[in-house]
Amino acid sequence: MASGRPNFLFRNKTAKIAAIPMILTALFVFVGGTAWTVTYSFTKSGLLPKLKWVGFAQYDRLWNTKKWLVAIENLAIYGICMLILMFLIGFILAALIDQKVRFENTFRTVILYPYAMSFVVTGLVWQWILNPEFGLERIVRDLGWESFEFNPLYNSEIAIFGVLIAGLWQGSGLVMVLMLAGLRGIDQEIWKAARIDGIPTWKTYILIIIPMMRPVFITTLVIVTAGIVKVYDLIVAQTSGGPGISTEVPAKYVYDAMFTAQNLGQGFAASTMMLLTVVIVVIPWAILEFGGTKKSV
Amino acid sequence: MSNIGNITNNPRGPKPKRVLSRRNIFLYGTLLVIGLYYAVPLYVMVMTSLKGMPEIRMGNIFSPPMEITFEPWVKAWAEACTGLKCQGLSSGFWNSVIITVPSVIISIAIASVNGYALANWRFRGANIFFTILIFGAFIPYQVMIYPIVIMLREMGIYGTLTGLVIVHTIFGMPILTLLFRNYFSSLPEELFKAARVDGAGFWSILFRVMLPMSMPIFTVAAILQITGIWNDFLFGVVFTGPEAYPMTAQLNSIVNSTTGVREYNVNMAATILTALVPLSIYFISGKLFVRGIAAGAVKG
Amino acid sequence: MSYSVEIKNLDLRFGNLKVLENLNLGINNGEFLVLLGSSGCGKSTLLNSIAGLLEISDGQIFINGQNVTWAEPSERGIGMVFQSYALYPQMTVEGNLSFGLKNAKLPRDEIKSRVARAAEILQIEPLLKRKPAELSGGQRQRVAIGRALVRDVEVFLFDEPLSNLDAKLRADLRVEIKQLHQKLNNTMIYVTHDQTEAMTLADRIAIMKDGYIMQLDSPNEIYNRPTHRYVAEFIGSPTMNFITGTVDKGKFKSSLSSFSLKGYKTIKKDFSGKVGLGIRPEHIEGGAGASKCSVSYEGTVEMVEPLGSDTLARVKVKEHLFWVRLDGQFKLSAGDILPIGFEPVNAHLFDANTDLRV
Repeated sequence: MASGRPNFLFRNKTAKIAAIPMILTALFVFVGGTAWTVTYSFTKSGLLPKLKWVGFAQYDRLWNTKKWLVAIENLAIYGICMLILMFLIGFILAALIDQKVRFENTFRTVILYPYAMSFVVTGLVWQWILNPEFGLERIVRDLGWESFEFNPLYNSEIAIFGVLIAGLWQGSGLVMVLMLAGLRGIDQEIWKAARIDGIPTWKTYILIIIPMMRPVFITTLVIVTAGIVKVYDLIVAQTSGGPGISTEVPAKYVYDAMFTAQNLGQGFAASTMMLLTVVIVVIPWAILEFGGTKKSV
Repeated sequence: MSNIGNITNNPRGPKPKRVLSRRNIFLYGTLLVIGLYYAVPLYVMVMTSLKGMPEIRMGNIFSPPMEITFEPWVKAWAEACTGLKCQGLSSGFWNSVIITVPSVIISIAIASVNGYALANWRFRGANIFFTILIFGAFIPYQVMIYPIVIMLREMGIYGTLTGLVIVHTIFGMPILTLLFRNYFSSLPEELFKAARVDGAGFWSILFRVMLPMSMPIFTVAAILQITGIWNDFLFGVVFTGPEAYPMTAQLNSIVNSTTGVREYNVNMAATILTALVPLSIYFISGKLFVRGIAAGAVKG
Repeated sequence: MSYSVEIKNLDLRFGNLKVLENLNLGINNGEFLVLLGSSGCGKSTLLNSIAGLLEISDGQIFINGQNVTWAEPSERGIGMVFQSYALYPQMTVEGNLSFGLKNAKLPRDEIKSRVARAAEILQIEPLLKRKPAELSGGQRQRVAIGRALVRDVEVFLFDEPLSNLDAKLRADLRVEIKQLHQKLNNTMIYVTHDQTEAMTLADRIAIMKDGYIMQLDSPNEIYNRPTHRYVAEFIGSPTMNFITGTVDKGKFKSSLSSFSLKGYKTIKKDFSGKVGLGIRPEHIEGGAGASKCSVSYEGTVEMVEPLGSDTLARVKVKEHLFWVRLDGQFKLSAGDILPIGFEPVNAHLFDANTDLRV
């Protein structure tokens, strides 16, 4: 034998040493960093972090700030609409492609390529397309409809929907791919049984296939939600939060508070709120997935 | 539906179908219309970037350029202005390269070893740490950013590209470790056991048995990381200054902070240039790209 | 005479690959027909074509006199049972049984009575409120059969329904399926690769290879008079032993020995040419009785497989190896000398070029 049989202790030691980066990261950055931020959200930190305890004062101020309230409202609208539309479009596209269409690769390539691009790129492209002077509005007007208005980015009421169009464009490809993978994982014999029973295709999807895809739906939901909460690059690129503050989002509020307004305390409080949102979604899912039997995580 | 007259009395062979059946029209029609939603913006980007400014002011964004010019591209690369400096996107491009290459290599190296350790060598507490890591993937970055800023400042590397590389490595770990762990778990355990019986240890099994079989997963990991890191914006602006901005941050500066005349063609050219690297990877890698996101997202 | 299911000139191609070619088959009313063959022979393809789940390239399919070539699977008067049961996982057993009927807008009472009848026949009444995940493999398969039963059809199709079950369960369910057929007397078309299932269940077996039906006969005929060497080698475990040689004027000559074929019922009189002579292990005498046989040899035992009920011995005679089936109590070990012998009447001759029975 080349080397002696490694004894029990030695084996574990090497693995442990090799996993040190992961352990360090997990402990310091994720747990430690989060704990630090949450702790300091209860302090009076301004330009620099200061360990002066002020209880819930920062949160109080936060929830009385118009900018934050607008940000939360925007996130809610954006989030709910995104979820509904992403799943609708993503699933329908996946179901269509699952019908053994030709040119599947082409369709998939076209639908998914936006996902490969940066949010900054997406934001800028759609800023251009929604430009009232040269973009969609101008074209439709040129075609004859003089009073056509499609100017979301200049209208505080509906600017967030302009962002929605861009976000949907970028993200629905991902949902489609996940749904398609889920569809393909369904036993083909279920389809055969449904055909023998005479169930029409649309009914089979709704009553049989979709319920069977619950795990995929849930996983996709969690991933999409986690992504929605973090939305930042898109806003900065497409609207810079405007017009005014009508497209503010929590992530931008945090960044501005921390690095521009020199108001760390607010930034910490706001990011803790963001954390709470994610925790509310992820923890139940985690319990569902991994609760009971602690199988391979 | 069929118009094959008297033969319907005695059907034989495959059922006659029209290519233009209702089903096909609905199917392909819907796909084509929705497809336009995705395809048109790219078309618009390219068309706009090839036009001169006068033509842009005149026309609509859908029309192809009457006179193709590459001047916007040259300007975007070498002369576009961010704030005071007018050196174009080229510096951003090289910054992105310097950020991406080491980040990808280091994050993959560490994550693959992590994944290998988790898949094949169970030790106490491993699963707990791994769970924390996974949760870390969902936590909004904003919650952890400031402590990291402080840490890097203490280490004296805040604002440098080194600092950014470390940040990317850290945040790339959850998904990559999961990817590698799932992959190594799916390899036949017998190979590992046989190597142990032969007396091989942690590192030698990794390098001589596991790695040679792992080309596909390394490719997928590379695709995921290159795309993700190149497209990043938030870490770029937080952990570097305008001198060291990656391409995405620079692009944003160029387009959104110009005063005066906005040169839309240059902006579009700049946008395409920024998207070029990940888009090329996407178009070249095709199915592997899909595998990557599916693998990262759907946990086994 | 009208057939229950009739297939005429069936062609099925996947692109350029011909899976079934000019296949003709007539199945009688109430018959239990088994399609038997190894993977890739086309048996599942044929079944799925009959069901209407696969589109055929040419030919016609008739069920109960109706030309169903262009009909949807649900309009063909068939029910089908799948290898993986394919039960709708989110519905209860009752839901699974009634789903198709509800979709066809059958009146509630009708649905109730059909479900009750099927549940009674298959003894799954206590399971009606459970979901498939809570059932055992055998129970799931019964529910799958039930789903076909409630359709009130003439023809049942089975696609390797027992392949997912372990050996004991397979044996139990095999009996149940046979009892079901005796009770209902429907036409049943059954696909399997397991010859035991085929032999015990079938009224007739169609042995398939490469898209062709090699022989369509009762189990008895297939066992005793295989018309093709492939059929002869497929049925019987262990496989038939073969000696290559020539036939001339009623005599068989081989490197092993030559002997008269008196007693063998040749199809063609005065046949002569190269043949393969097959003899089943169970038709070879071993030990004391061997010397009384018309053909006998002395062989060396290479290997012994004691099964309890029988003993299988691998016996070498010159360069030829024979499998011999002996009584379970026969004491034997490797290296022993064992006389073996057989009668030509029990042999099977196949033309060396065409593999057809001679």
